[in-house]
Amino acid sequence: MAMAMGCLLPPEPSQAAYREHQSTWSPYENNGGTCVAIAGLDYCVIAADTRMSVGFSILTREHSKIFQLSEKCILASSGFQADIRTLQKHLDARHKIYQHEHNKQMSCPAMAQLLSNTLYYKRFFPYYAFNVVGGLDNEGKGCVYTYDAVGSYERVGYSSQGSGMQLIMPVLDNQLKSASPLLLPAKESATSLTESEAIDLIKDTFASAAERDIYTGDSMELLVVNASGIRREYMELKKD
Amino acid sequence: MSSIGTGYDLSVTTFSPDGRVFQVEYAAKAVDNSGTVVGIKCKDGVVFGVEKLIVSKMLLEGSNRRIHAVQRHAAMAMAGVAADGRQIVSRARAEANNYENFYGDEIPIKELCDRVASYVHLSTLYWWLRPFGSAAILGGYDRDGPQLYMIEPSGVAYRYFGAAVGKGRQAAKTEIEKLKLSELTCREGVKEVAKIIYGIHDEAKDKAFELEMSWICDETNKVHQRVPADLLEEAKAAAKAALEEDMDAD
Amino acid sequence: MFATGIAEEDRKGSYVDRSISRPCNFEISQQSPVTHTQYPYVTGTSVLGIKYKDGVLLAADMAGSYGSTVRYKSIHRLKAVGSHAVLGASGEISDFQQVTQYLDELVLNDYMWEDGNKLGPQEIHSYLNRLMYNKRNKFDPFWNSLVLGGVENGQKYLGVVNMIGVHYKDNHVATGFGNHLARPMFRNEWREDLTLEEGVKLLEKCLLVLFYRDRSSINKFQIAKITEEGVVISEPFALKPNWDFKAFHNPTLGADGSW
Repeated sequence: MAMAMGCLLPPEPSQAAYREHQSTWSPYENNGGTCVAIAGLDYCVIAADTRMSVGFSILTREHSKIFQLSEKCILASSGFQADIRTLQKHLDARHKIYQHEHNKQMSCPAMAQLLSNTLYYKRFFPYYAFNVVGGLDNEGKGCVYTYDAVGSYERVGYSSQGSGMQLIMPVLDNQLKSASPLLLPAKESATSLTESEAIDLIKDTFASAAERDIYTGDSMELLVVNASGIRREYMELKKD
Repeated sequence: MSSIGTGYDLSVTTFSPDGRVFQVEYAAKAVDNSGTVVGIKCKDGVVFGVEKLIVSKMLLEGSNRRIHAVQRHAAMAMAGVAADGRQIVSRARAEANNYENFYGDEIPIKELCDRVASYVHLSTLYWWLRPFGSAAILGGYDRDGPQLYMIEPSGVAYRYFGAAVGKGRQAAKTEIEKLKLSELTCREGVKEVAKIIYGIHDEAKDKAFELEMSWICDETNKVHQRVPADLLEEAKAAAKAALEEDMDAD
Repeated sequence: MFATGIAEEDRKGSYVDRSISRPCNFEISQQSPVTHTQYPYVTGTSVLGIKYKDGVLLAADMAGSYGSTVRYKSIHRLKAVGSHAVLGASGEISDFQQVTQYLDELVLNDYMWEDGNKLGPQEIHSYLNRLMYNKRNKFDPFWNSLVLGGVENGQKYLGVVNMIGVHYKDNHVATGFGNHLARPMFRNEWREDLTLEEGVKLLEKCLLVLFYRDRSSINKFQIAKITEEGVVISEPFALKPNWDFKAFHNPTLGADGSW
């Protein structure tokens, strides 16, 4: 009888005290951010904002989401910053090993496949990272690869990932009008825009995304990869 | 050695009929052939000096260290097989670290010595192990003041006012005995040790050598440090001058 | 059950029966289960950090709270790491002290190379974020937000790591409540060329605001200064609070509601 009643009693107050602030711990956090990449015939533009947030707080206004994987390959990632940094370090280490073994840099398509494999390797405890890889392929043509968190990926002519993706993607679809991937034989996916037109388009999409997406803002970092190397630009965004 | 070849010298797990363990004695031999290592305890700290024999002219100066810090407040100067010595140092560091993590205080030098000696002794107890071919002069500065120990390949360890191992140990010990260690400061000690190392070095017979020196004393805040370059040069100059003087006297 | 007269087989049978009816295997239940930190016990509140003209300043109070009880009042939450860096922690105090021990070991092992090189704040920050991330991967996190301030050959460094490995650098940082209350003030008043006096004044102003609004904060603080010359962590000090603000007298005035 006494035992049966014990079950009905409320928990010990001392136990309740710890749980006053009970927060169920999560190994993940969304630090937000938006990435965009556009491939042209002989260039590729990759951009991301530099805001890092959690919930309604901004942690810092100047955190780069862009990582240079090789001379012709750039990675832009949004999602969980700790996973992203780990992923970058991992790819960087793998690339160093590749260079030691093959005495050359990894091609952009190879790097894209490696990223896919790396993400899928953690299929059941994923990297919470949403990536876009941009660069030049073996023919010197612009290439963009877009991913989900567990490694499925596709080569495309342009892409956007992250918190502002819903705002940006339809604009890119509308402005770039790339050939349907259903057409056979396959049509060129790279945009026919000139480099400066592509840059202007990206700047507009970020300025627009920063209007409505609270996780996009502060400033935008933009990299252009072409035959003459890599160029970097910055643009201020709304800070509210 | 009279009993060589009687079959009792191949294993550390077999005593000879007259109660000796030859492998351990051979290990001591390996130490005796090494460059001389000297340690002295002065009134305000300890000083180490090593006659590091240079095996090749192409070696970078300062490489193949014989003196190793074991803790902020302790260090070891190794004689004998250098690689074995590093193994002992690595164990000593682990012991010192473990003690500090557990007790929240720096390991006393006596305790460190006991633990390292036990470790060295272990390799004289199993047939699948070879005894360490090196001896360690362990010095440090703890709450009981500066202390100096020597750990031999047998696992035996004694506390010393001044210790010497290696080729020139006999001559070195004679010289150390002449010092007034209870009145000597480490700054003076550095010069004395340099003189001893230069004195016992046989230029005709031996290879070239590099003098490696370090100290733990009040001047260094009871922390192990390599002897500063200017003081070392000064000590070397004094040692060379003393040698010249002796030559002239002879 | 162990009464005499029961045949050996029967006893065995009853044992087997019992073990089957048990929810878990006997041998496994003998071992203590692997446990993870699921919530903190004793915690420290915000840490603030700013760069200023000649280096970096860190500030924190000295409370260790057990839930809403201020259990300890002399907890050192700012700790020197090597000669030119200071680590500040909010969150679980025991985890912080463990991290501190790891760092001391790291710095000592680095020192023992005696090669004149030493870990800079950037390396320490990197070590910390790998440490925190590794623990989160094991679902057994160190329950802290850590702030690292340092100076290395003229370069100021100020970074943060949280308990799941998220890390960043900035000119001014703050953990916990500080991110809500102090950082907006930093954003208004911080300048690269802040003098030491101005920097300390700014931090004191923020500490006081936190003292007013963060109930687990106490009026006993330390400020750490890291410059090219090294680390100085101040003696504990108190600030002079002012409770005469009009809004403090009748806080519900103007807050109309049905009750």
